[in-house]
Amino acid sequence: MTEKKEDKFVQWVLFATGISSILIIILIIAFIFREGLPAILQIGFFNFIFGMVWNPDNGIYGVFPMIVGTLLTTLIALLFAVPLSLCCSIFLAEIAPPNMRKILKPTIQGLAGIPSVVYGFFGLVIIVPFMRIHFGGSGFSVLSASLILTVMILPTIISISEDALRSVPYEYNEASLALGATQWQTIKNVIFPAALPGIITAIILGMGRAIGETMAVIMVAGNVVQIPGSIFEPVRTLTSNIALEMGYATGIHYNALFATGIVLLTVIIILLLIANYINYKKRVTIGGGYL
Amino acid sequence: MPYRLEVENLNVYFGESHILKDINININNNMVTSLIGPSGCGKSTFIRTLNRMNDTIPTFKKDGTVLLDGKDIYDPNVDVVDLRKKVGMVFQKPNPFPKSIFDNVAYGLGIHGVNDKDIISKKVEESLKAAALWDEVKDKLEMSAMGLSGGQQQRLCIARTIAVEPEVILMDEPCSALDPISTTKIEDLIHKLKNDYTIIIVTHNMQQATRVSKCTAFFLHGEIVESGLTDKLFMEPVDKRTEDYITGRFG
Repeated sequence: MTEKKEDKFVQWVLFATGISSILIIILIIAFIFREGLPAILQIGFFNFIFGMVWNPDNGIYGVFPMIVGTLLTTLIALLFAVPLSLCCSIFLAEIAPPNMRKILKPTIQGLAGIPSVVYGFFGLVIIVPFMRIHFGGSGFSVLSASLILTVMILPTIISISEDALRSVPYEYNEASLALGATQWQTIKNVIFPAALPGIITAIILGMGRAIGETMAVIMVAGNVVQIPGSIFEPVRTLTSNIALEMGYATGIHYNALFATGIVLLTVIIILLLIANYINYKKRVTIGGGYL
Repeated sequence: MPYRLEVENLNVYFGESHILKDINININNNMVTSLIGPSGCGKSTFIRTLNRMNDTIPTFKKDGTVLLDGKDIYDPNVDVVDLRKKVGMVFQKPNPFPKSIFDNVAYGLGIHGVNDKDIISKKVEESLKAAALWDEVKDKLEMSAMGLSGGQQQRLCIARTIAVEPEVILMDEPCSALDPISTTKIEDLIHKLKNDYTIIIVTHNMQQATRVSKCTAFFLHGEIVESGLTDKLFMEPVDKRTEDYITGRFG
């Protein structure tokens, strides 16, 4: 009888903790909407989303350049980071001798432990001057931000896709080798496709980190509200916008920053849906039909 | 007729442990040879030595020679990829790829450079027919192989192996994960295949050895205790240990 009570108690505790994380998310989202919606309603949805000018002093609030800034820095960062991390994770999972892996894996995971302000500082001291000297302009640019983001999302994508590759059953590997496939053919045709859903998850998480990163981006992106003419010009991202102005914003300006948060949330959700859709599509075709 | 495989004084070590001791055996062409013996006696290690699958284990060491058609398969000039094309393998647990039935069989052709779609389709059909699976799957070739039953998966793995036209097929307890009906189907298949292929099968099931094989070798503690014609080995074993094992006194 006591065991049964204990069971009930544990069930209840687990249920409560599970449901509370959902509640917290709902509350946060509700709060953001409560603070942000008035601004969107007052400014007008289209004026806010597609407005090209952000000028709080004159009461003009348009976030379109920042949406572009966020998407641009994230996509360029993914463009650099995805091939790099996939090659690295394949090397770690399939080729690296165990001793080398023992050193490499913790080192790469250590990259994730460096605070973002340190990355930003590094970018400010090394990347920005490099850009200024070699590509002209101020050096604060889309590319600088993307490069810093690339390094920051590498550990996420590498370690999760490496886990995905290593969780492919060894039987597939053996079956392929026994048919006379080379190691590379086996990786390319069997292991990589089997790990693809996990690899796409890794990329989604990396993308999430890049979109949300604030501090490092503020320090190197230049933060000018404009649609950049090239990747060597400065931009401001949605997150930077909130962090830069929240300290002194009042009234409608304050609400407009929360509305920026709503936009950010929406952008992330849309990207997640796209990524999940691709994942779903891939899973079906790679699986070779219906199961 | 020359032997297809000749194994002379083969010793295999994994790190410090001596797994196979002075193995000498000749395997006849186009015939089924069974390897029997208790678990852990080195049967699987032995057949994995014949297609160099043990090479993937870092601590693997061997001395002695293994000749396939008179040529040493461990010669540094031997391309492992070619060897494994000639010496196919079917594993204990059915291990189809998470691909369609068609792609599973076509896989080996693709990696060996066959690109012609007509040739591939023809070869897939032939291999599935040879593996006695065609009638069950011909209408659902694009379906995932993971949706087949265990016995069908194992026959698919055999079809996949046959598709690359090996000379020798190694089978590592191919029926141990299967029900009796699937087992019968695989045994019938082995009877059919023995005309075209040299088959070496590891089995725990002594009845299976008597049913499918012409020759049998009895392994114990990493040594071959006795080998020869299956009928003779089971009816008049020379060694006391063989007699004890086949009469069920141990193992």
